Amino acid sequence: MGKRVLLIEDEPNIIEAIRFILSREGWRVDTHSDGTTAFDRVTAVRPDIVILDVMLPGRSGFDILRDIRADAGLNGLPVLMLTAKGQVKDREMAERVGASRFMAKPFSNTEVLASVRELTGA
Amino acid sequence: MPRSALTGTRIRERRALLGMRQADLARLAGISPSYLNLIEHNRRRIGGRLLVELARHLGVEASALTEGAGAALIETLREAAAVQEGGSAEIDRIEELAGRFPGWAALLAARHRRVRELERTVEMLTDRMTHDPFLSASLHEVISAVTAIRSTAAILAETEDIDPDWRRRFHRNLSDDSRRLAEGAQALVAYLDEGAEDPGTQSSPQEEVEAFLKAREYHLPELEDARPADPADMVAASQELTSAPARELALGFLVRYRRDAERMPLAEFAAAAREEGLDPGRLAARFGVDPAAAFRRLAALPAALAGGPVGLAMCDGSGTLTFRKPVEGFALPRFGAACPLWPLYQALARPMAPLRAVVEPGGPMPPRFLTYALCQPALAAGFDGPQVLEAAMLILPAETVAIPESPAQPIGTSCRICPRRSCVARREPSILADGF
Repeated sequence: MGKRVLLIEDEPNIIEAIRFILSREGWRVDTHSDGTTAFDRVTAVRPDIVILDVMLPGRSGFDILRDIRADAGLNGLPVLMLTAKGQVKDREMAERVGASRFMAKPFSNTEVLASVRELTGA
Repeated sequence: MPRSALTGTRIRERRALLGMRQADLARLAGISPSYLNLIEHNRRRIGGRLLVELARHLGVEASALTEGAGAALIETLREAAAVQEGGSAEIDRIEELAGRFPGWAALLAARHRRVRELERTVEMLTDRMTHDPFLSASLHEVISAVTAIRSTAAILAETEDIDPDWRRRFHRNLSDDSRRLAEGAQALVAYLDEGAEDPGTQSSPQEEVEAFLKAREYHLPELEDARPADPADMVAASQELTSAPARELALGFLVRYRRDAERMPLAEFAAAAREEGLDPGRLAARFGVDPAAAFRRLAALPAALAGGPVGLAMCDGSGTLTFRKPVEGFALPRFGAACPLWPLYQALARPMAPLRAVVEPGGPMPPRFLTYALCQPALAAGFDGPQVLEAAMLILPAETVAIPESPAQPIGTSCRICPRRSCVARREPSILADGF
């Protein structure tokens, strides 16, 4: 255990809930709420998985994901995308940009946990 | 074109429709065939008893021969045929349809108008769903709150050994998020309610403003006085302006009208307009205003003061018509794009270059119009700001001013209903059966 997850999300209560459920499972949870500096945080933290919200202040989650996929040093980093709009076009966009998985809000806690486990092989 | 079709032409068409020979009709009406031939070719005026007599033998009302079916009705039917993909309507027999089956023709036209209204409503609602920032933000807020509540509630329900501090914290979060959810949902409901009552879905805001101005013949005495009415009060008191966007558009128009009226007082301007032969350039120089203001002011003159009707069309940089005051014989399309050969658009391509041109819309006996056109940048955001262009075209019929004897530039209304087959500016084929 002791794996690291970076949660990039701007809703404090959602952050709190996800942090709680993942911490209980033994994850070390870092959080970040600002879109403009999120990518720098990814390269600094080097997490095992990123949970990335689409709607962020400053910069869209899709743009951040594009940067992650363009960075050779982050090759193969699993990214679980969250969005408040369960729309087909968002899902397609997430797939095109290279999201490992896509989850529409409101999600269930067990779904999040299961996805994180599967994506990291934990 | 129906509006220029003449009594003689209608007599000839009606007679041909009945399969009656010219000589037979002439005999029935008690005139010589050669005289009837002159009448049918619009070379002799006809009226009074002879007209009534001919109408009787042709089985129609005399007024159907003099006025034809309403030009507006025919225009609407033509438009209905134009929007029908692969339609097989007998375009060349529209007038016959309207004349023989006025009830059905009116019904068809009314159905067509209703379809356009509904199409516009659908467009507006689609736009609102996809682009409305308020709706999008509200939904995001609601979904975020629901997500936090669902996640937090599951933690509280499923975690048996939860620490009391955490429990208190999650309870507080739940309470905050549920309040947020309630507020978000209320805002959403209020917003959608408001949208449902928006009567602007009946017609476009621009059409409402046009109906308002048309009812007043584009002249507003309330704003001409030394102590003018408040434009906001006029808008509020109007019956034609029902939707909020239309009221906003109208208010902008009225404020501008008042400013023009202050700079160019009615009596003085009317006298000057006659002296200058309605030349907006000279009038602008005389009153120290920009030419577009003189265009607007001329269009606001009552016909009695201007010497006859004055038409005006204005468009923005995209070519969209933003103001329409039509004159008889020069149709301004209600939907879709107009004729690219209009001096209005020629002016748009050359900002600040004044244009004065004689034009001639299509038709068997086309009237000629003198037009003045000019395009100016609004500079509303200063020299650095985005350049917003506004072009205006003044349309003066022969009734109002003497038309110069220079060759007229052929123009149309809109390609789909324009008879000029081989026009170089054509962007799509005409639906008219054959050109003139």
